[in-house]
Amino acid sequence: MLMEVRGVSLRFGGVVALDDVSFDIAKGEIRAIIGPNGAGKSSMLNVINGFYRPQQGDIWYRGQKRESGKPHKIAGEGIARTFQNIALFEGMSALDNIMCGRLTLVRSGFWKQLLWWGPAEREEFEHRERVEHIIDFLEIQAIRKTPVGQLPYGLQKRVELGRALASEPTLLLLDEPMAGMNNEEKEDMCRFVLDVNEELGTTIVLIEHDMGVVMDIADRVVVMDHGQLIADGIPAEIMHNQDVIDAYLGVAH
Amino acid sequence: MVRTDKPIDSASSVPDLQLEADEQTIPHLLARNARIHSERIAYREKEFGIWQSWSWNDVAEEVEALALGLINLGLEEGDHVAIAGRNRPHLYWAFVAVQSAGGIPVPIYQDAVGDEIAYVLRHCEASYLIAGDQEQVDKVLEQLGDRSTLKQLIYLDPRGMRRYDPGRLHAFKDIQEAGREGRHQLAGELAKRRGKVNGNTACVMLYTSGTTGFPKGVVLTHHNIITASRASCEFDSLTHRESVLAYLPMAWVGDFIFSIGQGYWAGFCVNCPESAETMMTDLREIGPTYFFAPPRIFEAMLTSVMIRMEDAGRFKRRMFDYFMDHARKFGVALLTRHQVTIWNRLKYMVGEFLVYGPLRNILGLSRIRVGYTAGEAIGPDIFDFYRSLGINLKQLYGQTEASVFITQQPDGQVDAETVGVPSPGVEVRIDDSGEVLYRSEGAFLEYYRNPDATSSTKGADGWVSTGDAGYFDERTGHLKIIDRAKDVGKTASGALFAPKYVENKLKFHADILEVVLFGNKREYCTAIVNIDLEAVSNWAERNGITYGSYQELAGHPGVCTRIRGFIEKTNAELASDPALGGCQIRKFLVLHKELDADDGELTRTRKVRRRIVEDKYHDLVSALYASHESITTTTEVTYEDGRKGSISATIPIHDVKILPATQGAGAKAA
Repeated sequence: MLMEVRGVSLRFGGVVALDDVSFDIAKGEIRAIIGPNGAGKSSMLNVINGFYRPQQGDIWYRGQKRESGKPHKIAGEGIARTFQNIALFEGMSALDNIMCGRLTLVRSGFWKQLLWWGPAEREEFEHRERVEHIIDFLEIQAIRKTPVGQLPYGLQKRVELGRALASEPTLLLLDEPMAGMNNEEKEDMCRFVLDVNEELGTTIVLIEHDMGVVMDIADRVVVMDHGQLIADGIPAEIMHNQDVIDAYLGVAH
Repeated sequence: MVRTDKPIDSASSVPDLQLEADEQTIPHLLARNARIHSERIAYREKEFGIWQSWSWNDVAEEVEALALGLINLGLEEGDHVAIAGRNRPHLYWAFVAVQSAGGIPVPIYQDAVGDEIAYVLRHCEASYLIAGDQEQVDKVLEQLGDRSTLKQLIYLDPRGMRRYDPGRLHAFKDIQEAGREGRHQLAGELAKRRGKVNGNTACVMLYTSGTTGFPKGVVLTHHNIITASRASCEFDSLTHRESVLAYLPMAWVGDFIFSIGQGYWAGFCVNCPESAETMMTDLREIGPTYFFAPPRIFEAMLTSVMIRMEDAGRFKRRMFDYFMDHARKFGVALLTRHQVTIWNRLKYMVGEFLVYGPLRNILGLSRIRVGYTAGEAIGPDIFDFYRSLGINLKQLYGQTEASVFITQQPDGQVDAETVGVPSPGVEVRIDDSGEVLYRSEGAFLEYYRNPDATSSTKGADGWVSTGDAGYFDERTGHLKIIDRAKDVGKTASGALFAPKYVENKLKFHADILEVVLFGNKREYCTAIVNIDLEAVSNWAERNGITYGSYQELAGHPGVCTRIRGFIEKTNAELASDPALGGCQIRKFLVLHKELDADDGELTRTRKVRRRIVEDKYHDLVSALYASHESITTTTEVTYEDGRKGSISATIPIHDVKILPATQGAGAKAA
């Protein structure tokens, strides 16, 4: 197991966002988290990447219990994410945005960077080369120098995925990567998610509303509703689970 | 007009057609180039944001490794090897490796749909496929399944190939590696096979899409390719210092001649773009000295310039208009070294500094020494636009069967309306029916497995029919092509009907992408028009017109009014032409979908297939000859992945004013 979530509860004042949630993430799988709006999916993602600290429960990552929850430290441990609402630097080019993803991997310190020649220069070349491989991988060569604010939505999403990949994550968290896309963009994005998973061996956790997408690409699915985990299994089981159907159709509680 | 049965030879003397022993075949030329050009750059490709390069020595090694690998894989002499993918150095090497190992390369259009590919693969019984990426492999496997003659598939880009059967699929790199490892055992066999390849061996087989019927496999020998390349290199004094951008389909004869034939003869550098979408950026970075593009590319470049100028500030726009006007008056004269007053020269120099130079730079045409356009007639205004900027753009006339070159324009003798004088070593004549015939060393060997078509095209005396109607212009002695011989006809009243001539006039307007003219044996002429989405949507945006789809935009009354304006202008021009007054358009409609190669309406080189369009839209055409005001129709469309769908629309029919012709519509027929 790459990660285990054990009995996590998260409260904002009186609001219970997560209520005793436990599940695990196996190395190399695509794990989907689904559920109606307000079910606690994004909160779960924020707990996994350390942005929120749960009041109860533990996160075990690579066999170790996580102690502190500083996001930059967790990013350094190989966890990267994309956001539900695109969070790119709009005035910067696609290339520069993706280069930002290398930030946690930069070794040269302030003075070396200031001097630029020598180690810092060599290091930047290395980073640029890795970034160019990602650009090639995501087939966005043509927009390399375009400011991302000018790009259509589907391409912005792809740049954001590129930035997450730039940090060479072991675990990649995708918050609704296909939301608001048309069918063709969705198909492309699915292709990329599968390619990332299979060719780079990255473990992926994704939140997604499009059931077709989830059933097609996820290995296992966690279903949440009102902060609770209501089902956990392979897509075929989840599809026929009565609790899941009720949660989506809105049965009175 | 001159009609002559006496062949007209090329302007220059007929060159010596003997080739040196070490220049007989493409593999010979590779060995020669590795010897004399050794460390000069032969190929560049932009990958990972950087231009990667290979010297002639590197290329010789890569090609040899691949050839050895192919022999190791079981390639036999005479095997056909299909090559499909975008322009990449590796695929160009594959051509030469296959030739060295005794095989015959057969390039396939990378955007061809499944059944077109299946037809070609079955027809030539290809036993190997070298594909650029997963997309190409998928397309072939889907079509052929296990029933094909294909023994092995080789792919270049490993992306997405992990789930395929490794028994039949191999990575390009692995094949080369196996070749390198087995060099000891295999080198003798390769040398033996390479020794057997001579000038009369098939060099390449190219399928011509043709505007009608099934594609035909044109077999060109090494002798064809090399003599044609040598003559054309000498014609324009091309040397190893040239630099070209290889971006046109590899299955097209033009690309084969420019990127392999001339490239190997002259030893110049071939640059491959990073991807199809980055072509314009890559063009600017490379700045080729020798450039070839079909009129469509030049049109698209001009359209994008015009659109950007319309969005520019008022000062820039006025400066652009002012100096472009000046260039139109004097630019061509300056290029051809005609007399221009000092004052106008100075003004042109200022324009050069402010407009022409920067514009050429933006277009990536700053270093062009020789530029060619061919494939279709180019609008005179488009042609003069580039020439007035000081770009030495010329026209040539050719076809696959001729290894491209039939006629070309010498420097300084350029005209938008003609296609030049016979290329060195080519004889051209016009037969009684007005059809153009030629005889040359470059003329093809045969159509593969189609002796009937071969004998009806290429006579026993070596004269090849082009299927084009044309004549030699009296004033300049240059060949002028009117149209496809079978398309030229007469209207019911006996006036000359030359559809392409009229269509080309209309297509110069940026808003019009394609036009198909009807009128042969009919009472009057009508047209089906395709709007240019980029140009028209830009116009719509500036005028606050909203639309939801291509179809809606095409049916917008404002768009139709604009198109009618263009047609009226063209009618006025035609009315003043003594021969073509009868071609004026009386009715037209704007088509609700773009003509598309996937629907069979265009060839893969994007020429309109007139008969297919007429057939497919017969209801629209008959409505144009009835008194309807609109017509409702349903059309089948094919999506890029091969799925089919249909769209229906109600299309209004518009009337256009016709002017009386200045002279009687005299039958100056071809």
